[in-house]
Amino acid sequence: MNYISIIRNGIVKDNPTFVLMLGMCPTLATTTSAMNGMSMGLATMAVLICTNFVISCLKSVTPDKVRIPVFIVVIAAFVTILQLVIKAFLPDIDAALGLFIPLIVVNCIILGRAEAFAAKNSPFASLFDGIGIGLGFTLGLTLLGICRELLGSGSIFGLTLLPESNNILLFVLPPGAFITLGFLIAIVNKLRNV
Amino acid sequence: MEYILIFISAIFVNNIVLAQFLGICPFLGVSKKIDTSLGMSAAVAFVLTLATIVTWLVQKYVLDAFGLQYLQTIAFILVIASLVQMVEIVLKKVSPALYQALGIFLPLITTNCAVLGVAILVIQKDFNLLQSVVYAFSTAIGFGLALTVFAGMREQLELVKVPKGMQGMAIVMLSAGLLSLAFMGFSGVDGGLKILFGLD
Repeated sequence: MNYISIIRNGIVKDNPTFVLMLGMCPTLATTTSAMNGMSMGLATMAVLICTNFVISCLKSVTPDKVRIPVFIVVIAAFVTILQLVIKAFLPDIDAALGLFIPLIVVNCIILGRAEAFAAKNSPFASLFDGIGIGLGFTLGLTLLGICRELLGSGSIFGLTLLPESNNILLFVLPPGAFITLGFLIAIVNKLRNV
Repeated sequence: MEYILIFISAIFVNNIVLAQFLGICPFLGVSKKIDTSLGMSAAVAFVLTLATIVTWLVQKYVLDAFGLQYLQTIAFILVIASLVQMVEIVLKKVSPALYQALGIFLPLITTNCAVLGVAILVIQKDFNLLQSVVYAFSTAIGFGLALTVFAGMREQLELVKVPKGMQGMAIVMLSAGLLSLAFMGFSGVDGGLKILFGLD
């Protein structure tokens, strides 16, 4: 398998948001604006790339029985590093994402890719799988964030496009997350079956 | 009074699933039948309350005492993962009947972000131990309520003809959105209660 096809696979065929339906908690919670969605996607991607690479390097020395605890410790370690880096250098993002940064640990995408891909493939293939799946996740979150921000606050990435009288507050509130994602999934299903 | 406020606000106003988006995976995954959703709710209530007590003690007497707060994420996830394993082993020995009922849900709970989320939230909110227990238990009831009501909706949804493009997860998401909208009707209730109890 060449590296380009691994990346394409992560974005299109195994898209975590619209196809695998993994990591739904941050997907719904942090996409109140395009910027927040993209930051969450990039943060998850950073962790995923590191954990995929390290877990793949460790796969020959990890006994099969304790592999899940080993994976979890590796993931938790990288999440802690990320948490400290974001707190130190990007306090705005830290305030916006809050609780969902430490919760990257229990994001099923990361453990899922460790188990399904990194534990079976070479470190570099796993690295590219991390990039692909991470980009797919970032894309999904950004798209959802753009839709919600446009409908709810009339802007995209903070750039105002619609007058305030056209804002539908519902889309920034929790129900809007479910409804927007529902329609996006329906559209993606339609496009995939064409 | 303060505890009643925590109780009601955690169940209805700030429902863990529908307002805070924690524990969405089991909410979408185990809500096809009312029976299984009740089993899952019971297992979550048990583990969530236990895990919150243990992680609160770990935070207070290990992490705070030695100045290791930055290890919170690693410490909590390890505590929760081993706790779930231990509950499974103990339950298997002590009460096979209960294990039969809850057993298959237990491994799923380690990656339920509601458990880790609540453990971190009670530390952030600076709750004492009793407040944390009440908060964890009421959150779990709120999770169970949302899960069971949603399972009821999905059972009815099976009987309805859904347009082709909306079949599968799309219609499930929309129904969850409507349920979340219904729960938004409770917003402001906690503020009212605060005034009623004179806590404001």
